[in-house]
Amino acid sequence: MKPPLFRYEAPRTLRDAIAILASDVDATVLAGGQSLLPAMNFRVAAPSLLVDIQHVEGLKGIEIKGDTIVIKAMTRHRELELHPEVQRLNPLIAETMQHVAHVPIRNRGTVVGSLCHADPSAEMPLLFVLLDGTMIATGPSGTRRIAAADFFQSFLTTSRRQDEIVVEAWLPVLPIGTGFAFNEVTRRHGDYALVGVGCTLSLDGNSRAQNVRLAACGISDRPVRLKAAETALDGGFLAEADLAAAARASANAVTQMDDVNTSMSYRRRVLSGLIQRLVPIAASRARGGTRQ
Amino acid sequence: MKRSAIRPSFPDRSEDPRVEVSLTVNGQPVKRLVSVRMLLSDFLRHELGLTGTHVGCEHGVCGCCTVHIDGKASRSCLTLSVQANGCNIRTIEDVAAEDGALHPVQQAFKECHALQCGFCTPGMVMNILSRFEEREPLDLSESGIRDLLSGNLCRCTGYINIIAAVKRAAELLGRA
Repeated sequence: MKPPLFRYEAPRTLRDAIAILASDVDATVLAGGQSLLPAMNFRVAAPSLLVDIQHVEGLKGIEIKGDTIVIKAMTRHRELELHPEVQRLNPLIAETMQHVAHVPIRNRGTVVGSLCHADPSAEMPLLFVLLDGTMIATGPSGTRRIAAADFFQSFLTTSRRQDEIVVEAWLPVLPIGTGFAFNEVTRRHGDYALVGVGCTLSLDGNSRAQNVRLAACGISDRPVRLKAAETALDGGFLAEADLAAAARASANAVTQMDDVNTSMSYRRRVLSGLIQRLVPIAASRARGGTRQ
Repeated sequence: MKRSAIRPSFPDRSEDPRVEVSLTVNGQPVKRLVSVRMLLSDFLRHELGLTGTHVGCEHGVCGCCTVHIDGKASRSCLTLSVQANGCNIRTIEDVAAEDGALHPVQQAFKECHALQCGFCTPGMVMNILSRFEEREPLDLSESGIRDLLSGNLCRCTGYINIIAAVKRAAELLGRA
């Protein structure tokens, strides 16, 4: 239960960090270490070189630029969760983050680190897929933007190249009038989700649902948008029959096979239940105008 | 050589690359040359002899190794000692007063019989303490306290008395 041997560097500039990372194909980035260190203690990860980015200039903090919440690479989960402006501009973030492990883990773990770890049952990747977040990756050949939908490729696999550092992750401010909800089912509080679901929507003047977005984690090898369920709900009055139809339409999105945690059929039941429970919560919040 | 013979020369030190770390532990500056892979939990216990910080699972689940890093409750088993370079660490040894008077959180544990074997207690106390010291509002309902304690496992008490101790600590600290 001790990590295997590695070399360690703690550069001060992004340029140095990328150069060190690029010098060794088995090097990896260390941010908060709350996913990487358990993996190393279990020896399922054995990087030859850790590039600790905590001292790199310019990678700390949260900025709000227009309609975009910019989360820099070393921003800890708890900083984002408790940020008063973020709570006001996108209350879904704090609601979701209540389910990310426990406070002592959120005190150290970083949002961007969780995204790069890309556990298919994790909450933050789901949030980025749901809200069309963006990652900004910098490597030896420059900086590129990666849409969340293209970022999460497979189990613990992203489109970040080995010599790139995700320097920022962007989430949008929720438009006024947007209802939102997140919840999940876990075996123990703070565990990765068996299934988690996030939802945003708005209502038109006739109370018809608009811009319905649904995404889930724990059901596939990556977080997924539930487009069939969204289509089933868009333009409707969110009656019980509509919700049931949306839940049925989402069944095929569950591709995660039976595993040590639970069965595929149980994941389908949970997904269906969460959709039917969360969409009405989002709708009532859209009516109540909680996002002023 | 007989199979039972002890070989004469084992290396007396590890060949791991070493790095100097300087940090503040319980108010005292500390400087050590340590292996890059030494966990903060092992640094506190083996290098500094502060064995109040317990090591349970070493993968962030049990919470026994919880210490404060720059005032925030953190898992010392999920932190390399080199990552804590320059940080301010507080451990359970620094919680009671110098004359041995218990901190209100410890006093509450004592009054409510919130421990049995005591293995999880240092981590529990450090976690609870950091939440009382934070400026954030604290949910002291039954479910709020259970949420607060959810990152610390206890295998003796069934948590009932630990929940009572958090309520009692809140009274003693004027937070109830």
